[in-house]
Amino acid sequence: MAERTIKVDMLARVEGEGAFKVVVRDGRVTGTEFRIFEPPRFFEAFLRGRDLSEVPDITARICGICPVAYQMSSVQAMEMALGVTIPAPIRDLRRLLYCGEWIESHILHAAMLHAPDFLGYDGAVDMANDGHADKVRLALELKKAGNALVAFLGGREIHPINVRVGGFYKVPRKRDFAPLREQLLRAGELCEAFIDWTATFNFPDKERDYTFVSLRHPEDYPMYDGRIVSNRGLDIPVAEYNDHFREEHVAHSNALQCFMVDGASYLCGPLARYTLAYDHLAPRAKAAALRAGLGRTCRNPYRSVIVRGVETLHAIDLALELIDAYTEPDAPAVPFTPQAGTGMGASEAPRGLLFHQYSIASDGAILTAQIVPPTSQNQPSIEEDLASFIDDILDRPEQEIRYLCEQTIRNYDPCISCATHFLKLQIDRG
Amino acid sequence: MGAKPRLGVFKFSSCDGCQLSLLDCEDELLAIVGAIDIAYFPEATRADDTGHYDIALVEGSVTTLHEAKIIHSIRERSTRLITIGACATSGGIQALKNGADVAEFISAVYAHPDYIATLDSATPIKDHVPVDYELRGCPIAKHQLIELIAATLAGRWPRTPPHATCMECKRAGHVCVMVAQGTPCLGPVTHAGCGALCPGYARGCYGCFGPKENANTAALAARLAEDGATGRDIRRLFSTYNANAPAFRQEAQRHG
Repeated sequence: MAERTIKVDMLARVEGEGAFKVVVRDGRVTGTEFRIFEPPRFFEAFLRGRDLSEVPDITARICGICPVAYQMSSVQAMEMALGVTIPAPIRDLRRLLYCGEWIESHILHAAMLHAPDFLGYDGAVDMANDGHADKVRLALELKKAGNALVAFLGGREIHPINVRVGGFYKVPRKRDFAPLREQLLRAGELCEAFIDWTATFNFPDKERDYTFVSLRHPEDYPMYDGRIVSNRGLDIPVAEYNDHFREEHVAHSNALQCFMVDGASYLCGPLARYTLAYDHLAPRAKAAALRAGLGRTCRNPYRSVIVRGVETLHAIDLALELIDAYTEPDAPAVPFTPQAGTGMGASEAPRGLLFHQYSIASDGAILTAQIVPPTSQNQPSIEEDLASFIDDILDRPEQEIRYLCEQTIRNYDPCISCATHFLKLQIDRG
Repeated sequence: MGAKPRLGVFKFSSCDGCQLSLLDCEDELLAIVGAIDIAYFPEATRADDTGHYDIALVEGSVTTLHEAKIIHSIRERSTRLITIGACATSGGIQALKNGADVAEFISAVYAHPDYIATLDSATPIKDHVPVDYELRGCPIAKHQLIELIAATLAGRWPRTPPHATCMECKRAGHVCVMVAQGTPCLGPVTHAGCGALCPGYARGCYGCFGPKENANTAALAARLAEDGATGRDIRRLFSTYNANAPAFRQEAQRHG
C-alpha cells in the first residue's frame, strides 16, 4: 500500500483559516475532516450582560465580510423578544442594505476568490496580469456598487453604524438616492456580462442529492426574513429552528457543526436558495441563469459561481425596485421598552442561513445568546463533497488533487471567521 | 529603480474586516498591486512566499499560544511591521474575555471544553513585539490605509492625526448629539479617523478608533453621569472594541 501525505499549509482565498484532511486507504477515500482552527473569540459568552441595544454592533464584529447579515438576524431576534413590529418602509430599507452586502460579498468571492480556480491562477492579481484585467476591473466596479450601497445606508462598508433595534438611527432622503441609482443601473449591465463570463468556465461534472435548506417568503427571494424550508418537506417558523437542527462539537474543529435532528447533513447558501425559490428571482436574473445554462435547480456545487452572479443581479434589480418605491418612513425607528423575553431571528447571509437566539432580562440585559453561522451548517456537507468528489482522481498528480479539494471547499465561500480559522490540507494515505 | 517592495498581510484573531479594507480599495487596488509585490496575503492569493517583507500588515490580536509564537517570526522577517485595526492595536472585542473566567466562557460556548486551546487574554501585537506604526479603527478607515501605503512607498511618515473625533465632528458641521440630545458620546476621548461617522447619523460615537492621545476619560464619565448614565452604562460604553486600551480599560474599571 502506497503511503503518501499531501499538505497545504493554508487554504488561501477563503475568509479565515482552516485545515483539511483526507484519509485514503487502498485507493479509496475513507474519511474526511474539515478543520477550523480559527481561534475562538467567545461572542456568545461575552454577550451575556450586555444591553440588547448593543447586540447588532457587537455581533457585526464576528465577520468583516458579512456584518449586515449579523445585524439583520440579531435585530429581528430582539424585535421578536420585545414584541416590536417594524413598519414596511423600515423592512424595505433593511432589505436594501442587505442587497448591498450580497453584491459586494458575492462578487468578492465569485470574481476575486473563486474564479481563479477555474482559470488556473493563484489569485485575482495574477489573473489580471495574465490577460483578464478587463474582467477584474469589471468585478471591482461591480463590487464597488455594492459597497457604495452599504456605505450610503449604513455609514461605511465594514461594520456599518446605522442599524438599530426597531429600525435605523437615520433614514435617507429620497432625492439622495439619485447617484446610487445610476451606479446600480450600470452595475446591472456589468453583472450580466459577469454571469456570461462565468458560464464559459469548465465545471467538474459532479453533483450530489443535497438536502437544501433556506428561508422562504411568500413574495420575495430569500434574504431578509421568512420561514425555514427544505426540499424534503421541512416548513417551520424561524422560532422552531432548535427543534429541527442541532449543533455538535467535534474534536477536530473550533466551529460547531450542524445537522438536522435525524443526523443528516444539509446545504444552505446560493444553491439552496436558487433551487428552493427560483420562482421569486427577478426576471433579468432568471433570463441570465437560463442563458448561462442553469436549470430550475442546481446540484453541481462548482456552478455556485454562476448562481452567485445570478443572485447578484437579483440583488441589483431588487435594490433598484426598492429605491424607486422608497417613501421616507414617519420615524427612523420604532421605540421600545426593555422587557424579559426570548427571541429568534434568521436571515440569509450571502453564504447561507444565519440563525440567532437570545433570552433577555427585564432590564434589557442579555442572559443567553446562540449564534449559528452558515459555515457551521455547511461544514458536514463540505466533508461529504470531498469524500465523494475525489475518489476518481486519486491517481492524478498530488497538486491536481489538492487544487480540486481547495476548489471544492471554496464552492461554499466558507467564512471561517464566522464559524470561528488555517486551512491546511493533508492527505493521509495510510 | 530597485525591485518592488514586498508586502505580507497576516491575520491573527479577528473578523477579517481590516484586511478586507485593502480589497475594498476598488479604485486603487490595481495601482497598489502595480507598485507593490504581494508576497503573502492568503485571503487574496495562493502565493505562499514566506521570505522577507518590506511591509507587514498585521490584523488581529494574540489569543493562542500559536499566535504568540508566530508573531516573533513575522517580526524577524519584516522591515516595517504595521498593525491594522482595533484587534491588533488594543486586543479587540475579544479582549472582553480578559479578566473573566475563561474556563467558564469555554464551557458556555463549547460542549467539549477539552478540545479548545486558548490563552486567558486577548492582547495587542505590541505586547509581544515592537510595532513600527499602527492604524486604528474597527474597522480601519480605507483612506488611512491608502495614506499609509502611499507614505511608506514614498519613504515619509503617514498622516493619521491623533486628535479627538470631536474635532472631526466640529469640522463636519454636525450638531453635537451630547449637547443637543443628551446622547452619550465618546467623541471627546476617541482617536480621529472615521470622520465622525456616528454623530453624522444622529448617534453617539462608540469608540471604534480607541482612545486619543491624553484622553480625559474621567471628565467625560463625570459628564455622562450628570446626564443620567449609570455606572453600568459608563462601564459598557468604555468596554467594547477597544476595551483593553489602557485609557478605556481604566475608566471602565472605575465604574466596575
